[in-house]
Amino acid sequence: MDPIAIVGAGQAGLALAAKLRSLGCETPIRLIGAETAPPYQRPPLSKKYMLGDMSRERLYLRPESFYPEAGIALATGAPVAAVEAAAKVLVLADGTRLACSAIALCTGAEPIRLPEAAGGGLNGVYTMRTLADAEAMAPEFRPGQRVLIVGGGYIGLEAAAVAAARGLQVTLVEMAPRLLARVACAETAEWFRALHARHGVDIRTATGLSELVGTGGRVRAARLSDGSELPVDFVIAGIGVRPSTALAEAAGLAVSNGIAVDALGQTSAPGIHAAGDCTSFPHRSGRIRLESVPHAIAQAETVAAAMLGQGAPYVARPWFWSDQYDVKLQIAGLNAGHDRVIRRPGEAPGSVSHWYFAGPALLAVDAMNNPRAYMTAKRLIETGRSPDPAALADVSVPLKALPLTQTEPA
Amino acid sequence: MPRITFVTADGQEITADATPGLSLMETARAAAIPGILAECGGACSCSTCHVYVDPSWYDRLPAMKEMEADLLDFAWEPHPDRSRLSCQIDVSEDMDGLRVTLPAQQG
Ligand SMILES: Cc1cc2nc3c(=O)[nH]c(=O)nc-3n(C[C@H](O)[C@H](O)[C@H](O)COP(=O)(O)OP(=O)(O)OC[C@H]3O[C@@H](n4cnc5c(N)ncnc54)[C@H](O)[C@@H]3O)c2cc1C
Ligand code: FES
Repeated sequence: MDPIAIVGAGQAGLALAAKLRSLGCETPIRLIGAETAPPYQRPPLSKKYMLGDMSRERLYLRPESFYPEAGIALATGAPVAAVEAAAKVLVLADGTRLACSAIALCTGAEPIRLPEAAGGGLNGVYTMRTLADAEAMAPEFRPGQRVLIVGGGYIGLEAAAVAAARGLQVTLVEMAPRLLARVACAETAEWFRALHARHGVDIRTATGLSELVGTGGRVRAARLSDGSELPVDFVIAGIGVRPSTALAEAAGLAVSNGIAVDALGQTSAPGIHAAGDCTSFPHRSGRIRLESVPHAIAQAETVAAAMLGQGAPYVARPWFWSDQYDVKLQIAGLNAGHDRVIRRPGEAPGSVSHWYFAGPALLAVDAMNNPRAYMTAKRLIETGRSPDPAALADVSVPLKALPLTQTEPA
Repeated sequence: MPRITFVTADGQEITADATPGLSLMETARAAAIPGILAECGGACSCSTCHVYVDPSWYDRLPAMKEMEADLLDFAWEPHPDRSRLSCQIDVSEDMDGLRVTLPAQQG
């Protein structure tokens, strides 16, 4: 039988392959990835791994012996050049054609780069997406080095925390008037601004990067939108990602903020599924795209079952985490559409949670060093229940005793 | 090499060779033990690597930190004197013979 081919050997690709096997699928599986490393976890790249607290092998999602044992033919350093959707054929970079019984696209996302015209092509300018990116910039992480971080989202803030912890001089610029503008409320943004300020990070909001200036092809300064010039030794761009949809688009698949799939991960082409960061999928009354490990795993596992004809529709239960200095942030839910935020201090000093509501309905929570608030909120959101906002703001009411109402069907 | 036994929720026993220095969660993942999700990859953020430690072993394991205790308190059916997050236990040579049971559900 022709193999099932999975394009992209990342978090979703591996989860899909492993799930096919654990569901008893006996078809040959080809897991084909462009990167040279076997499937690995990205989150530590901007956290523990960059701090030097974690070995390369521990990044790998499975030991290399797993693949032959599970009967998964892993090809690394092997970008797929084209997909012929109707014929279910993959064309590899060397021109080899591979006929498949089914195809899953798990191509992830790629970082947005600073434009060439603004000096984005200079040496010493990095993005943070792959192990190769992390290894390329590792030698720059020396005490006293001056790093400019462009972008005040979670990746930028994590990079700033690692750099500050390793004794670098860190400046972070963000074009929007505050940090985390796309993803969190003003209260959470302010909390993180203060945290980074305490660790000596120079945060400049409402400030854009106009251009990077180099000497001999190597970056040496940054011109900012306020007219100032900042000497820098290297630059990290954390300005977001784009879903990797080039293959799907060229193959004529429907693309809408990601490869458009249905609740079973089916693309617009029969026999071709997709999962992970590269997809947009139905959620409540709309269509969303998520960039997170738990989503990549859960959607890929749903798709694996669907490919075997056992699928139940995917229901996203969004959650996310971030580690900065000694702070653990955990986020449950999606805050889009909220109309107010309730602050609840935690039991321990320095711990707090911000609860997002739309009317009476709890949408999401940002919990800073407050796993109890996070776990409580996650349960509530997943079961469509919402706590009474006044009781929530009153710390004398224990989390387990909050009065609840059913605000969404369970 | 320490050998560790995982008992699945339906009673199946799987014994795996563990590499000292790796976590119990990583040991389970390498041995393809079903029932450990480990969504956060060991960052002590998700509680989906929850296990019940055999009573004879519970007190011999390294102590819990507060973050782990707080997550466990809200995990699926925690047991007051047996629950641990397997990503927070680094395997050492003296853990040969350790037995843990998996919950019927994670998260
Ligand atoms: C620095 C960093 C920190 C993060 N921190 C967190 C966090 O704390 N929590 C969290 O939940 N998420 C985090 N994320 C996001 C998370 O890593 C992603 O959501 C997750 O990796 C998505 O999995 P995926 O399989 O969809 O994509 P990826 O893991 O990106 O895998 C896609 C793979 O497909 C390959 N590919 C693409 N095109 C082709 C082709 N044509 N042929 C062959 N291969 C191809 C790519 O090279 C890549 O290896 C972080 C991401 C980064 C970069
Ligand atoms: S793997 Fe997430 S808490 Fe252990």
